[in-house]
Amino acid sequence: MVNGTARVADGVLESDSLLTMLRERLDLPGSKGACEQGECGSCSVYLDGVLVCSCLVLAAQADGHGVLTVEGLADGDRLDPVQQAFIDAGAVQCGFCTPGLVLAAHDLLGRHRDPSDLEIREALAGNLCRCTGYEKVLDAVRLALARRSR
Amino acid sequence: MTVLRPATLAAALAARSEHPGALLVAGGTDAMVAINSGRLRAEVTVDLTGVGELASWSRSGSTIRIGSGLTYTRLIAELGDLCPGLAMASRTVGSPQIRNRGTVGGNVATASPAGDALPPLVAAGAVIELASTDGVRRVPIGAFLVGPKRSLLAPNELITAIELPVARGPQQFSKVGPRNAMVIAVCSLAVDVDVASRRVAVAIGSAGPTTLRALEAEAVASAAIDWTTGALGDADLARFAALVAQAARPIDDVRGTAAYRRHALAVLARRSLGWSLEALRRAVA
Ligand SMILES: Cc1cc2nc3c(=O)[nH]c(=O)nc-3n(C[C@H](O)[C@H](O)[C@H](O)COP(=O)(O)OP(=O)(O)OC[C@H]3O[C@@H](n4cnc5c(N)ncnc54)[C@H](O)[C@@H]3O)c2cc1C
Ligand code: FES
Ligand code: FES
Repeated sequence: MVNGTARVADGVLESDSLLTMLRERLDLPGSKGACEQGECGSCSVYLDGVLVCSCLVLAAQADGHGVLTVEGLADGDRLDPVQQAFIDAGAVQCGFCTPGLVLAAHDLLGRHRDPSDLEIREALAGNLCRCTGYEKVLDAVRLALARRSR
Repeated sequence: MTVLRPATLAAALAARSEHPGALLVAGGTDAMVAINSGRLRAEVTVDLTGVGELASWSRSGSTIRIGSGLTYTRLIAELGDLCPGLAMASRTVGSPQIRNRGTVGGNVATASPAGDALPPLVAAGAVIELASTDGVRRVPIGAFLVGPKRSLLAPNELITAIELPVARGPQQFSKVGPRNAMVIAVCSLAVDVDVASRRVAVAIGSAGPTTLRALEAEAVASAAIDWTTGALGDADLARFAALVAQAARPIDDVRGTAAYRRHALAVLARRSLGWSLEALRRAVA
């Protein structure tokens, strides 16, 4: 199941990662591949509701499990509040790290009612931004939190 | 490459015995890094994440049995009170994504001198449970870890569980690295204070071919602590720290020099035992 729909992928090599399968076999290029070493977080997806680096999951390990990618976050045309907050806070430069950061922020909001700045930093520690726009990203997370508590 | 996905421990052991050279994958946070970089190719891979028996923990009396497939995230959430040292170490592993997926069994099997779960397990005197279709054996972790990335794991065996005692007093874990997250330890240290038997245990990470105990330092501290009050004189604490640094067998590498590691370990030792005894004094007061 990917983004709520049962998907069958053809031509997957047994050594392919979930990331490769999503991008190259299932036409879902939202998750980005950069390091393929678990270091950058740009490939983050939910696997059965748990945030993981899809580059470190064997495609076969996801068979029969639920995957949610950044493409599945919006409700039709309505962006997820975290996505909207990233836009409103100007937290996007080149955008390469954005899908992973949006998912990591989304995961934090799901786990925490009112995270401190330290907890926000800890939650995003596995996501690198090459444009180094971290302050705006923190602003976006705080904005999403503030809007939620209103 | 063929991927086998056993759903039970019996099926996993059968797969392991039929394909002794097969690559085992649990969380994949070590194995996939090697596969993606082309350093590792396996004809047959056995995915362990479908084996429910491996992913849980249980308590029997004063012993905790941690399934090899328990993730750091679950360990932190569920075992913080019973195994505080191991939970502290788990909190320092990688990022949320890595802790959500990486397992204690994978850390033990990788047997890296920098594995963060190892110092608290060595200090606590953990026992590794190994199973194959021939049966089960239990090996003390100190004997299981034989060198850098080398262990006693036989080609037909799986690590099924790790057993360790419920904390018998304050525990600490600390780690030195250039960032607060996502770092391989330059050096690390676990302190385990066993109040009932009046003994301090210390294990050193990332400063030797494998995780090391500091036996002389342990003996000196255990004898010098006033166990009714938790008091320890400054001179004894300094001697303890110096003996910990002496017990290390560090090398110069990209992450740090041997001299820096020894210096940092003395600092970590002094602070960690200091914090532990503060907690003990609070508990007896
Ligand atoms: C970005 C990043 C950051 C990291 N940070 C840290 C860190 O801070 N500290 C740290 O200690 N580690 C760190 N690691 C390394 C890794 O996450 C840990 O070693 C983790 O515990 C490995 O567990 P796993 O389940 O993912 O293992 P896998 O990758 O699935 O397996 C690792 C090895 O163990 C074997 N294996 C797995 N399960 C078993 C079993 N049940 N029986 C026998 N053999 C088995 C596999 O065959 C393989 O050789 C990091 C890794 C990455 C990618
Ligand atoms: S591509 Fe997966 S963490 Fe960088
Ligand atoms: S916006 Fe460019 S990598 Fe983060």
